[in-house]
Parts: sequence; structure tokens; C-alpha cells
Amino acid sequence: MPQVARNALSFALFAIGIAVVWEVVKLLGGEPTDAWQPPFQWKIATDLNMPHIWDIGGAFVEPAQRNGPVLGAVLVDAAVFTFREAFGGFVIGALLGLGLAIVFVHSPFLERALVPYVVASQTVPIIAIAPVVVIWLQAGWLSVAVISAYLTFFPVTIAGIRGLRSPDPRALELMRSYAASRRDVLVKVRLPAAAPYLFTALKVAATASVVGAIIGELPSGIRDGLGGAILNFNQYYISGPAKLWAAIIVAALVGIAFFVLVRGAEIVLLRGRLGRTQA
Amino acid sequence: MSDAVVTIRGATKVFDVGADQTRALDGIDLDVGKGAFVSLIGPSGCGKSTLLRLIGDLTQPTAGQVQVNGKSAYQARIDRDYGIVFQSPVLFDWRTVEENVELPLEVGGVDKRKRAQRAQAMLALVELTGFEKRYPWQLSGGMQQRVAIARALSFEPAILLMDEPFGALDEMTRERLNLELLGIWRQTGTTIVFVTHSIPEAVFLSTKVVVMSARPGRIVDVIDVDLPQPRSDLTREDPRYFSFITRVRESLRGRVEGSSLRAAGS
Repeated sequence: MPQVARNALSFALFAIGIAVVWEVVKLLGGEPTDAWQPPFQWKIATDLNMPHIWDIGGAFVEPAQRNGPVLGAVLVDAAVFTFREAFGGFVIGALLGLGLAIVFVHSPFLERALVPYVVASQTVPIIAIAPVVVIWLQAGWLSVAVISAYLTFFPVTIAGIRGLRSPDPRALELMRSYAASRRDVLVKVRLPAAAPYLFTALKVAATASVVGAIIGELPSGIRDGLGGAILNFNQYYISGPAKLWAAIIVAALVGIAFFVLVRGAEIVLLRGRLGRTQA
Repeated sequence: MSDAVVTIRGATKVFDVGADQTRALDGIDLDVGKGAFVSLIGPSGCGKSTLLRLIGDLTQPTAGQVQVNGKSAYQARIDRDYGIVFQSPVLFDWRTVEENVELPLEVGGVDKRKRAQRAQAMLALVELTGFEKRYPWQLSGGMQQRVAIARALSFEPAILLMDEPFGALDEMTRERLNLELLGIWRQTGTTIVFVTHSIPEAVFLSTKVVVMSARPGRIVDVIDVDLPQPRSDLTREDPRYFSFITRVRESLRGRVEGSSLRAAGS
């Protein structure tokens, strides 16, 4: 069986496993029905906290609002919208992150001066930054992408510095003996050597960009994405908990899809090296 | 072998290690003639690798002069006069064998067709025809080192600098590669400076063996090895081969005994 199919299969099996455990918990400590009296009464296992799997599944095909389209369609539209923001944030963040890493590797002064700020930037909660960005760029696709980029550039910078410094010093001496320009050293040695490090960071960045996009939608007042959907279903949780769970599942799927996309690019671009390094 | 490719006068190299200063090289004078095969041999810490790096402008002397082809070592490096082979092959994982050999040509701006031709010729020289599309990690250690040699020779450098290139290989591979290297040396006429700590290897390969001592690094003896060319497996049975080995060993011992045990053991 090819690797991809095997991965998909184990993922599916695990998802089924989670669903089974979920329902077993409800069976043991959930709410009583006509046919079954659970031996325990667990607060976490109530229908409000843990809706039945079939209720969550059912929520996808029921209208999200009266006379509106089904929730599944709404969430797919929202997912596409959020994915686009996340992708924009990912691209901006990856380019910024890599650019910073390249600058830092070439300038010890700038590295010493700026890296503390880069680190500090990540301790400022995104919730605090988001309104500033929204006011600056106006609420819209771009401002959400920038907020998302704020989360994604960091792992790329840190891994990039490490990766760009990873070549064997003798490899750099060889390049020196070829009288290679800095650009040649960067393009032919440092960047290829950094690629496995960068892909590891890009996989982190891919999922972070989805989180960034979802959170970025909240202060922007954007209702078309998953952030808007989650906020909305949060407010109506008491009356329809399954809808929020459905939105959470879709958000998770977007993250996984993005991750798989990056992994695919990694396999294609690093294929010569994968025999040795199963990155 | 009259006109010198490398001329070193009074080269001294001092390393600052914290508050201490280490005289890695002290007042080195050395001439390497065109087409010569010169080995640098000595105990660890005698500065033989540092001397090689000085010639290749990978480090600069604290005092003294290094001239290569009548130019400064710096200018020679900019003119791409050096091919360098280290103890480990330092091949690039993401490049095929062929692409590794082409790398210096790529950097030198040689066009694609010419690059491919040169790579072909060099891989034929090191007997790796047919392995062009392999990746380095698919090759044995000896083959990887041959790729490194092909790469170092790809742009026809005036001088080949080799820093214990066969030090990490097993004895049999090492002897075979010694023979191959001599074949390459004869075919290309390249001047070779070769660092080793194997006495038989130095004698077998070289036209001249430079014996060095440690702390401070000095040249204690220069031995012209006039064993007949071309050398072959038979050379290793020549009584004169053994007398040269004895000669080098005595040269080394004479200087090593006064030094610390650690130096003698290495």
C-alpha cells in the first residue's frame, strides 16, 4: 500500500477510534434515555457538552439558519474563505521569516540587535495586536492575513537561522576556494542545506496560520470565515452545541489539509534526500 | 620542476586561544615546484593542515609571505587556482554526483553543456562513469572521496590541496585510491600538496616529503623521494621504498622524542 494511503487509513481509523471512545463515555456517564440508564452521571458527558456523534454529523446537513443553506455548505464556504486568509498569512509570514533569517545570518550585528524583538513579538498576544492591524489596514482579507503572518513568521525565522547555519564549515570553505559570491553561497549551499529545517518550520507555520486567520477574523468583524462561524455558534451554544462542534471539526480539517499540502511540497522538493532523511 | 608554484617565506601563524597564544607555524620556508607531489607529514598539532590552509588562503599568516603562481594566495584563490579535498568528502546531499562535480564550474559561470562535458571527463578520470545520477549517500566512502577529487579537479586548478583525503578510509581502499591518485596526477600534471600522517602513504605518493614537528610547527626535514615513476604496487616492494620510510620515520622520531608523549602517540 502506498505511504499516502497508509497515512490516510491510519488517520481514518484513529478518527473512528475517537468517535467510539466519545460514544462509550456518553454511554457510561451521559444522559439517560428510555432504553438506557447510564451507570454514572458525568457533567462533561451531557448532550450539551458532548453532543452525540450523529448529532454533530446531522448538524452538517441541517440548515444553519431558518430557511438558509445547510450548515455543511456554510462551513465549507467559511473554510475556503479562512483558508485563503491563512494561505496569504502563511506566504507573507514565510517570506518575512526567511528574509529575516537571511539577514540575521549575514549580519551578526542585526541578529544581536533584532532577535530579542522577534522573540518578544511572540509574547504579545495576537488579540492585542489584531485591533491595531485592523485599524491600520482596515477590516478585510489582507488585515487577517497580516495577523496570521504575525504567528507564522516566527518559527520560520528561528528554523531558518539554524538551517542557514547548518552547512559543514568545510562546505563553506570549498565555496570560498571557488571564489563564490555570497549570493552563490546562499543559493547553492545555505538555502538547500536549510530546506529540511524550513519545511519543519513551515509545517508549524501552516497550522499556526489557520489559528491566526480564525482569531484575526474576530476583531475585524469578518463573518464570512470560520472565525465568524465559531463566534456565532459560540453565542448559540446552548441551543445548538452540535453546530460549534461541526465548526471545530472543519477548522481542524483546514489545518490538516494545509499541513498535508506543505508536506506534499516537502516530499516533491526534497525527494533526492528523502532516502536518507525521512523528514 | 624548476619554477615554483608555491613559495612560502617566513610564514608564521599564531592562534589566540583565550589568553594563550599558540604558535601553530613558526618561520616556515617552503617551495613547491610545478608538477610536484609534496606531502606534509608530522604529529598532530604540527601545523601541517594550517600550512595547507595558508597556501589555499583559507587562513592568513600572522607574519611572512605565501605566493602562488607569482601571486598572493588571495589572488590565486580569486583566480580559482585551488582544488581542495578534505578528509571527509563534503558532498552536497541534494545534488547528484554529476551536479556535485559541476558545482565549481557553475560558480565559475561555465555554460551548461561545457559543464556536463567536464563532469563526464572528470568522473571517467576517477572511474565513476555510470554513477552520474546517483546521490552521494548512495555511494561508499571511497567512491564519495573520488567524487570529491573529481569536483576539485573539474575546473583544472593549478594546484590540488589535499588534507588527509584518505584518512577515513580502510587500508585497502586507501591503497587503491593512492594508485588512482598517482594516475590522475600523471594525466593532469597538477601540482599536489598532500597532508597525511601515514609514512608509507607519504613516501609512496610523493616526490618530496616535508617532515614537520609540533609546538611550534616547524619544518625539520625535506626529503626528495626519487623512487622511479610511474609508481605501482611493485614500488611497495622496492627496498629503497623501505629505506625512505625508515628515513622519514627517523626524521619524525628525532623531533618527536623531545616533545610530549601525546604528540608521539598521534
